[in-house]
Amino acid sequence: MTQLTRRPVLGLLAGFAFAPGAALAQTPLRIEITEGVIEPVPYAIPDFVPENGAAGQYAQSIARVIANNLSGTGLLREIPASAQIGRITSFESPVQFSDWRAVNTRALITGAVRVNGNQITVKFRLFDVVSGQQLGDGLQLDGNTDAWRRMAHRVSDQVYARLTGEAGYFDSRVVFIAESGPRDNRRKQVAIMDQDGENIQYLTDGTALAFAPRFSPTGDRILFTSYDTGFPRVYLMDVSSRRRQVIGDQPGEMTFAPRFSPDGQSVVYSLSVNGRTDLYLLNLTSGQRWQLTATEAIDTAPSFSPDGSRVAFESDRSGNSQLYVMPVSGGAAERISFGQGRYSTPVWSPRGDLVAFTKSLSGRFHIGVMRLDGSNERILTSSYLDEGPTWSPNGRVIMFTREEAGGDPTLMSVDITGRNLRRVRSPGPASDPSWSPLLP
Amino acid sequence: MKLLSKATLVAAALVLAACANPRGGANDYEYGAGAGISSTALGDPGDPASIAYFNTTIGDTVNFAVNSSDLTEQGQIVLRTQAVWLNRNPAYSILIEGHADERGTREYNIALGARRAARVEQFLIAEGVSAGRIRTVSYGKERPIEVCAAQRCWDLNRRAVTVVSN
Repeated sequence: MTQLTRRPVLGLLAGFAFAPGAALAQTPLRIEITEGVIEPVPYAIPDFVPENGAAGQYAQSIARVIANNLSGTGLLREIPASAQIGRITSFESPVQFSDWRAVNTRALITGAVRVNGNQITVKFRLFDVVSGQQLGDGLQLDGNTDAWRRMAHRVSDQVYARLTGEAGYFDSRVVFIAESGPRDNRRKQVAIMDQDGENIQYLTDGTALAFAPRFSPTGDRILFTSYDTGFPRVYLMDVSSRRRQVIGDQPGEMTFAPRFSPDGQSVVYSLSVNGRTDLYLLNLTSGQRWQLTATEAIDTAPSFSPDGSRVAFESDRSGNSQLYVMPVSGGAAERISFGQGRYSTPVWSPRGDLVAFTKSLSGRFHIGVMRLDGSNERILTSSYLDEGPTWSPNGRVIMFTREEAGGDPTLMSVDITGRNLRRVRSPGPASDPSWSPLLP
Repeated sequence: MKLLSKATLVAAALVLAACANPRGGANDYEYGAGAGISSTALGDPGDPASIAYFNTTIGDTVNFAVNSSDLTEQGQIVLRTQAVWLNRNPAYSILIEGHADERGTREYNIALGARRAARVEQFLIAEGVSAGRIRTVSYGKERPIEVCAAQRCWDLNRRAVTVVSN
């Protein structure tokens, strides 16, 4: 159990230094992520100060986890320790900003760690070096030493939020498929890890082929498709107990491509019978199911709108795969993709204003985003096979599967601006990521 | 036309072959027993009633065009031959696997494989094979028979395989 409580050290987290009315000599430090940052903002994060001997092993590691998160955004660039003049030897001592200005640092993160038994306390502050102002208040996190990585992620989220004005996404997990073995007889296990690739656990043993796991809105349950019985069927699993059950099918049916409704009460999925693939909605409490589409075409890859009122999905009813949106209550589906190529796997953004999708055009595969009316299509990536986008909790980053010709699949991430394409760390070949919400 | 002549020969052989039903044995064709082990006697490939004969001489696979589940002329010839054999050997159970190439998304390919398997199933039923003997499954792009990032492999991987067991 990762017990993690938050307690402000010096009052409530409030009154950001860049709030209106704060009379500063310089422009306050603020990263506008919507405009796409060309030049990353330089920052420094010296090793946190160990306040007792037992804290020594955590003080550096926590700072490194935070730095890995922040630099990984592409919005920030770390000034390495070797270039630093300033020293932070005490958390409460005044910062000599001139030392940090001299090495062109714009933001400074200081912190301290104390360990008492299996309890760990992490404190941090964020400074705008140029103005010499603190950004937000100092913050203290208390928890079990087992949760030290999560505490580092929470600090990262705080720093990100204070610098960008938007929620972070670091204290989150990714459920995905860990692949191994020959490509014509792949072993595929459902696995879960922190968003930075740490703390990997395997949720299935790999005896049955499994694919496309999806998080519940609260991150405590997953849906996935597995061939335990020799046929693809949708399973619902409780992540902590690993207990699972088949949902939503009857003999002779194949079910796949499940996703939760935003309230976690229902699942929308594809069901194939007699060669027809339609969308179905299952109420997890009552077990009642409704057929949402009834066409000869393939209707698959459904995804709920954040308000739960609509479903985006792909269908080849027009002759090739395109994106559609329909009311959950039933009714006509409206086509939203009209560009060249084939469109698949629409996933609604957490903010509700965009869908991410897979696009196939001229022998290449792309991840892109568009508005719900199909306008403002933006292609973010291109490779032999990019597919299956999933949104970061704050809707700023998309993770997906990439497979180069003849290569193993890997997890990749990209900002919705199209910048900062990166490989996500995984233990081996990996596919089908699904990003959790921020952990509670 | 090599395939056509082979299929014709096989059809002729089937008509001539006066053979008993496949040997009995326990029916291990348990869909629900994921952890169980099922065994199927392949028999002598020279025995026209053997599974080995079906797999190698009749041909267990038909292929499809990109994103299509339409049966090609060659595919229909193979399936007619399969139907004749299956009708002659009614004790066997039939699982039709639908597959796709790797040039598509995972979900769509599962649906496409299901459509291909169903097309084969419908064809066999129309040729007189009892619907109760047949089940279908889709593997999408998860189980390629050939692995390469080239047309040659994609063509082979877009397939439906008739798996016979007792």
